[in-house]
Order: sequence, then structure tokens, then C-alpha cells
Amino acid sequence: MNQELVIEQKTIGDMIVLRPTGDIDMARSSAIRKVVTEVVRTRPAKLVIDLTVVDYMDSSGIATMIEALQVSMRNKMKFVLVGVGPKVRSAFEITKLIGMFTICDTVEDAGK
Amino acid sequence: MVKQSMERDPEISIRLFSDPHLLSTIRATVEGLAKVVGFAEKSRGLLMLAIDEALANVIRHGYEGRTDEMIWVHLWQVREPRGIRIIIEDLGRSVAPEKIKGRDLSDVKPGGLGVHIIKETMNESCWEQRPEGGMRLTLVKWLSPEELQNVTPSKPENTLP
Repeated sequence: MNQELVIEQKTIGDMIVLRPTGDIDMARSSAIRKVVTEVVRTRPAKLVIDLTVVDYMDSSGIATMIEALQVSMRNKMKFVLVGVGPKVRSAFEITKLIGMFTICDTVEDAGK
Repeated sequence: MVKQSMERDPEISIRLFSDPHLLSTIRATVEGLAKVVGFAEKSRGLLMLAIDEALANVIRHGYEGRTDEMIWVHLWQVREPRGIRIIIEDLGRSVAPEKIKGRDLSDVKPGGLGVHIIKETMNESCWEQRPEGGMRLTLVKWLSPEELQNVTPSKPENTLP
């Protein structure tokens, strides 16, 4: 049975970086949704979700990323995904949503 | 409860509660058998995703989020063509199969992606209403020609040691 999702949160300049750990699936995507909602209230210039240590994401995780993108756009914030590994990338590709997102290799790149 | 007539036993049969926290266990099991069959890493990832989406749909729609209902998952290796067959059964709300459709992906919005993922990933996907209630989903995925080239010949299916 998988553990609860741990989400590390860091502020770097004018951006907030969320770094979830482990799989993002039906059991765990609501935890990210909740944290994103809280972060958006603080109106950072940029919201970065670092997926470097996320091995797997299902459609509920993708839906959460779409929601985060849309809420960021509504609040005039930039939204960036970082460290998208092969399995997570496949999930985005099969849903043909990969082009919707700004994706960087590292958090440093996302800050540029 | 699943075995259809004229069929051999599945390599793996699992009965689980409709609890989302158990999905990672099923993903790991599917990935393990897919590796034995000869699927490459990317195919295994997509296979796990498709099974996960199918089970999530049962929990979300069939059982309306209840976590104490039953789901049965059966996994077979298939030989000609080489691949994997999966049957998922439940006793949840029954839906006419023709109503199960993926949504238009040009409409960018959260949710409703599961059926699209299943149909894109699997070579065959067939939903049926079970006479005794609930739904049966049969999924089949074959090895790609590239994956087939890397598979070493194995002993016949279900051969006892």
C-alpha cells in the first residue's frame, strides 16, 4: 500500500517550488490539489512543480496539473513543470496534453 | 468467478477492495507480469497506466467512491500473438458499453481521460455488462515487433515444472 504523498515546498525568489515524492495517483492527487490551492492564494509570480522524484502519474494527476495550469493562468502566474521522467512524460503524451505545459529540466532553468 | 468456459486459468488472479490505496499494488503486479512477457519499459508504463485507469473508473463510477466493494483482476500471458490479457470484473453500477467513450481531447479540461488512455494503450478493450450484475472489461496488449525480436522462446503456457 502506498504512503501518503509528501510535498516539499520551497520559496526561491518570486517563485514557489512544490516537490512531491512518489506516485501521483487517484489516492494521492487530491493532496497536491490542496497544496496548489493554498499556494495560489499567496500569488507568487511563478509556480513550479518539480516532478523529479515522481515515478508515476495517472489521469487524476494529469487533471491536477491541468487545474494548476488553469488556476495559475487565471491569477496571471507562470506555471512550470520540472523533471518530467519517462513514465510521467508518456502519460502526458498519450493524453496529447504535453504541449500545454512549459517544461524545464531543472528548477534553476525554471527560474530563468 | 471469472473463468470463462473454454479458457485456461489465468497466471495471476487478485481480488481486492475498491480502495484507491491498493492501486499501486496492482500496478506493480501488472508490471511484473508484463516484464515476464517481454514488454519494454515504456510499454510497461503505459500498461500500468491503462490498468490503473480501468480500476479507478470502477471505483469512481461503478462503486461511486465506496472503498469496501470487490474488484477481481485476472492476468494471462497470451502466445499468439504474444502479449497480455487482463479481465477486470466488478459488481458495481452497470453501464451500457456503447456509452463508455473517451472525450474530445481538444477540449482541455481536467478529468475524463481514463477511457482515452485505455483505448490508446491497449490493442483490444471491451466492456460488457455481466449477467449477474456489474461490468467486465477485457483488455489485450500485444508485443510490438521490436519487443518480439528481443523475446527469447519460452516454454508452453501453463506448463508445470
